Amino acid sequence: MRREGSPFQGMSTVFVKELADHISSVRMLMLELLIVFTALAALYEAINSLRQNTAEDPFLLLRLFTIDQAPLPSFVAILGFLIPLMAIGLGFDAVNGEHNRRTLSRILAQPIYRDALLMGKFLAALATIGISLAALWLLVIGLGLIFLGVPPGSEEVARSLVFLAVAIFYAGVWLSLAMLLSTVFRSAATAALVSLGIWLFLTVLWPMLAPALAQAVAPADPRYALLGLNDPATAVWTQELLRLSPNDLFEEAMLAVLSPTTRALGPVFLDQLRGAVMGAPLPFGESVMLAWPQTVGLVAGTIVLFAFSYVLFQRQEVRA
Amino acid sequence: MNEQQSTTTTPPVIHARGLTRRYGDTAVVDGIDLDIIRGEVFGLLGPNGAGKTTTILMMLGLTEISSGEISVLGFNPAREPLKVKRRVGYLPDAVGFYDQLTATENLAYTGKLMGLPRAERAGRIEQALRRVGLIDVASKRVATFSRGMRQRLGLAEIIMKRAEIAILDEPTSGLDPQATQEFLGLIGELKAEGITVLLSSHMLDQVQRICDRVALFKAGHIVLMGAVPELAVKVLGAGFVVEVEAEGPGIARRLAMIPGVTQVETLSADRFRMTAERDVRPDAARAVVAVDGSLRRLSVDEPSLDTIYARYFQDHSAGGVRHAA
Ligand SMILES: Nc1ncnc2c1ncn2[C@@H]1O[C@H](COP(=O)(O)OP(=O)(O)O)[C@@H](O)[C@H]1O
Ligand SMILES: [Mg+2]
Repeated sequence: MRREGSPFQGMSTVFVKELADHISSVRMLMLELLIVFTALAALYEAINSLRQNTAEDPFLLLRLFTIDQAPLPSFVAILGFLIPLMAIGLGFDAVNGEHNRRTLSRILAQPIYRDALLMGKFLAALATIGISLAALWLLVIGLGLIFLGVPPGSEEVARSLVFLAVAIFYAGVWLSLAMLLSTVFRSAATAALVSLGIWLFLTVLWPMLAPALAQAVAPADPRYALLGLNDPATAVWTQELLRLSPNDLFEEAMLAVLSPTTRALGPVFLDQLRGAVMGAPLPFGESVMLAWPQTVGLVAGTIVLFAFSYVLFQRQEVRA
Repeated sequence: MNEQQSTTTTPPVIHARGLTRRYGDTAVVDGIDLDIIRGEVFGLLGPNGAGKTTTILMMLGLTEISSGEISVLGFNPAREPLKVKRRVGYLPDAVGFYDQLTATENLAYTGKLMGLPRAERAGRIEQALRRVGLIDVASKRVATFSRGMRQRLGLAEIIMKRAEIAILDEPTSGLDPQATQEFLGLIGELKAEGITVLLSSHMLDQVQRICDRVALFKAGHIVLMGAVPELAVKVLGAGFVVEVEAEGPGIARRLAMIPGVTQVETLSADRFRMTAERDVRPDAARAVVAVDGSLRRLSVDEPSLDTIYARYFQDHSAGGVRHAA
């Protein structure tokens, strides 16, 4: 049965309204302040350490993103941690909020499909995150110019723009998850708690659990341990389990793009390095190819989670 | 043939046959037939949980239809929901707005969703807010609005839409008596403009005055349908209720003898309620005078829908027991 009219009718209206709501909301302001201050702290440390060793580095600007100076993690690691928080903050009450305000049936009685509402909300939240991340990106470039005094090279700009794009995809996964939970749970508080629980589990607990699980699935051969080496089978299992977390995918992709000397992601086998000049940077295109599977993984995760919310939302009763 | 028919009798704006909605095994709307005529105020009445809201949601394509058919302004709401929703305005039960936005901003948002051209929007919003008496608070945030103001804002949305049919779900529930009267007045204005109004309510007496016809729901079925006086005659056997307050010997017996009176209830020593086929006030006055009584009050009323509804089920449950026995 074909539906009449376009499923996207009204989507731009929803998008504009939601975007305006997000940008003027106190919630968004708080999230932004949190991210900006944490990021500034990380950048401050990074700039300090970079100014001290002024060794020739063709990718000085990129080092701003990745350098970590104890006790602070790097700028990228901080974003890996905080982007999910921002996405959850914008998505956890997307659908149930309309139910609870009793606006849903009034809005859906207008000549639009539910698709327009869900898509408009998703894109508006993603755009909000995109705008914040773009502002942060400009901040990093600006600070680099001012304090390091080096104009960024074109390859550096290209790599940092890839960073921006992947960061937005990464936000997309968490946003879809938050919106899915906002469709499943009628209470916004429950949706927020479950989202935050999943976030903590995947960013904090999973990196510790994955090696233990890998050990259980593929116990390390004691002969490797005698040689002081890791069993490659266990290492591969650890890696694959870690990759179930979007956090890990984001970090791997960032490693490939922002640290041009990265030649491979995951456990490195000697044959992969044959013929490689250690420490020589990979060309831009090859770095992107290296980060490609991880990026696709993030996009796929976004689409799958969004599809689930879509199906659920289509079947949901509109009445409160 | 068909053309001729459509010119002689206007087709109903809402037409349902065997409309059914099941949740699992229970049918919450069970095979209802409805024909709503253009320009009338039609009441879907009945207790909570009777299936009124579900019926309304099916008309708007907002919930699935399990079986049966329905057409709204000639369109099938399940197949062509946008066409239906462009022409029909809906005020949901306990309507909500975006609290952080003003009245005007809230209407502007739905106005855009309706696809109203930008040039027309501001004018229509102002006009609608003026109609419902909210023009003075147009730029106040909805967070500060009372329940009654929210209901009126919802009605303004329908006015702005220039809907052909206004569907109002429990429009007066939760309103104080004055707000209720004001709101009923606004519904009357819609009718005067030729808009078809379909409203639901569980407070039968409150809305019976403004409804041209009503459908009384019970557990997913329409048990009675028609104009209130018609139903009164059908169920109570009478269309008038006359109350007499008088003192005197044997008044009740005298009143019962008046032709056309079907029943006399003694409410207290000096108060009587008669149900009659016609307005029997003159006869009642004469009856009181005839026994040398003193007449203190005489009033006539339509029988209340509550009475009709209650009586209908009294009769029918008695019937049910007989059947079971
Ligand atoms: N999603 C649902 N699942 C199961 N039953 C439902 C659902 N929604 C409503 N009902 C039932 O349908 C019946 C009719 O509800 P409704 O149409 O809201 O009644 P009314 O508007 O007349 O008060 C109620 O008994 C209610 O419990
Ligand atoms: Mg209801």
